[in-house]
Amino acid sequence: MADKIKVATTSLAGCFGCHMSFLDIDERILDLAQIAEFDRSPLTDIKQCSDHVDIGLVEGGLCNSENVHTLREFRKSCKILVAVGACAINGGLPAMRNHIPLEECLEESYLDAVGVENPQIPNDVELPLLLNKVHPIHEVVKVDYFLPGCPPSADVFWKFLTDLASGREPSLPYELVHYD
Amino acid sequence: MTAHTITIDGQQVPFIEGQTIIEAATAAGVYIPHLCHNPEFTPHGSCKLCTVKVNGRNCSACTFPAVDGQEVLNDTEELNETRRAITQMLFVEGNHFCPSCEKSGNCQLQAVGYFLNMLDAHFPFFYPSREVDASHPEVMLDRDRCILCELCVRASRDVDGKNVFALSGRGIHTHLIVNSTSGKLADTEISVDDKAVHVCPVGAILVKRTGFEVPIGQRIYDHQDISEVSLAMEESVAGESHGG
Ligand code: SF4
Ligand code: SF4
Ligand code: FES
Repeated sequence: MADKIKVATTSLAGCFGCHMSFLDIDERILDLAQIAEFDRSPLTDIKQCSDHVDIGLVEGGLCNSENVHTLREFRKSCKILVAVGACAINGGLPAMRNHIPLEECLEESYLDAVGVENPQIPNDVELPLLLNKVHPIHEVVKVDYFLPGCPPSADVFWKFLTDLASGREPSLPYELVHYD
Repeated sequence: MTAHTITIDGQQVPFIEGQTIIEAATAAGVYIPHLCHNPEFTPHGSCKLCTVKVNGRNCSACTFPAVDGQEVLNDTEELNETRRAITQMLFVEGNHFCPSCEKSGNCQLQAVGYFLNMLDAHFPFFYPSREVDASHPEVMLDRDRCILCELCVRASRDVDGKNVFALSGRGIHTHLIVNSTSGKLADTEISVDDKAVHVCPVGAILVKRTGFEVPIGQRIYDHQDISEVSLAMEESVAGESHGG
C-alpha cells in the first residue's frame, strides 16, 4: 500500500468552527481515512508536526507569539500550507480589535468590564504575549492555498482534499466560495 | 440611420452615439465588472474594475465613449487578473469582515470577489481606523466598508437634492464626509427614503433595524452571480446615455 497522505491541522486565533465544519464531511471521513492520516492536530492530540507532513490546514489568524511559533512550525513541516477560513485569511472577528489599542482591550476585559471580580490583567510568564494587532497568516509565511468561509463548508474541505489527492489543481466553483 | 458597432471579445455590439463602452455592452447583454458605475448616474471612473482593453490600451469602460470600429477586450485572463488585484486592494484598504456585515450576500464588492474567484486578499491588510456614524435614528454610516465610489454623493446631490455626502482628502487619505456642521448624519436632511441611502453597493450605508432580514440562501448573490444579477437589473436602464 502506498503511504498515506499526512494531514496536520491547528487552530490559532480561531474558534474551532472550521474544524467542526471539516468534521461535517460526516461519513466521508471513512473514505478520507483510506488515503490520509492525521498528524499533529487537535483531533489526534499530537503536539508536534512530524518532519514531513503533506498538507497543513491552519485555522485562525495570529493574535499572540505562540500562534506565530506554531505557524512557523507548520510552514517548516508541511509541503502544502492552507489558510482555512476567514480568520486565517483576513484576521476575522479577532481582528476587529485592531483599531482599539491593546492596552484598552485588556483594561476593558479584565479591569473595567461588568461583573469582573478581583480585577487584574493576567501576566503569568507562561502566557504567550499578545501581538499589538491580529494578523492573517499570509503576512508571516507563504501560504499555498486559501479556503474562504466562516467557516468554509464541509464540501469546500472535501472538494479541496479530493482535488489534491487525485492530483488535480484544487479549485472552488462559485457555489463554494463564500466570505461568510 | 447608420448602424454603429464595436466588437467586444470578437462579438459585434451595436451602440448609439454618445454611449460609453459599458452602456453599449450592458444593452447588448455583455457584463463588464464594475462597482462605481451605476447606469442611473453620471460616471465617476474611480474604481477601475471596469478596465478593458480598447485597441490595445487599458481604458475604463464606464467613462470611455464607444467609437465605431473599436476592438474591445473584456473577458480575458489578463484583465480578470487585474480586476482581482483591484478587488483585493479594495478589501485590504478598508475593514471588511463579511461574517459580521449586514450586507453580506447582497454586497457588490463581495459578489465581484466571488465572480472573480478571489479566495484571498493577497496584500497585507491596512486595518485603518475609520469613524462609524450611528447618530441618525434610521440611517447608519459605517465607513469601514466604504469603497469611495461616490454613488451616495451623486445620488444625494443629483436625485435627492440634499448634498449630504462628499469625498474629502486625497490619495490614501480620501474619506467620506457628511455635510453638516457637526459632521454627523443626524444633523442633515437625510431621510430613509432617499436614493442616497439605497444606492451604496457595499455595507457602508445601511437602514437600521433591517439587517439580516433576508435569510442566508435567499440573498441576492446566493445562487446567481453578479454578472447575471447586474445584467437583469441594468439592461433596461442602459439604453439612456449618461456618457461623455
Ligand atoms: S461591505 Fe461587502 S465586502 Fe465589506 S464586509 Fe460587508 S459584505 Fe463583506
Ligand atoms: S458610502 Fe457607499 S455609496 Fe457612499 S462612497 Fe462609500 S461605498 Fe460609495
Ligand atoms: S466602474 Fe468604471 S471605474 Fe468604476
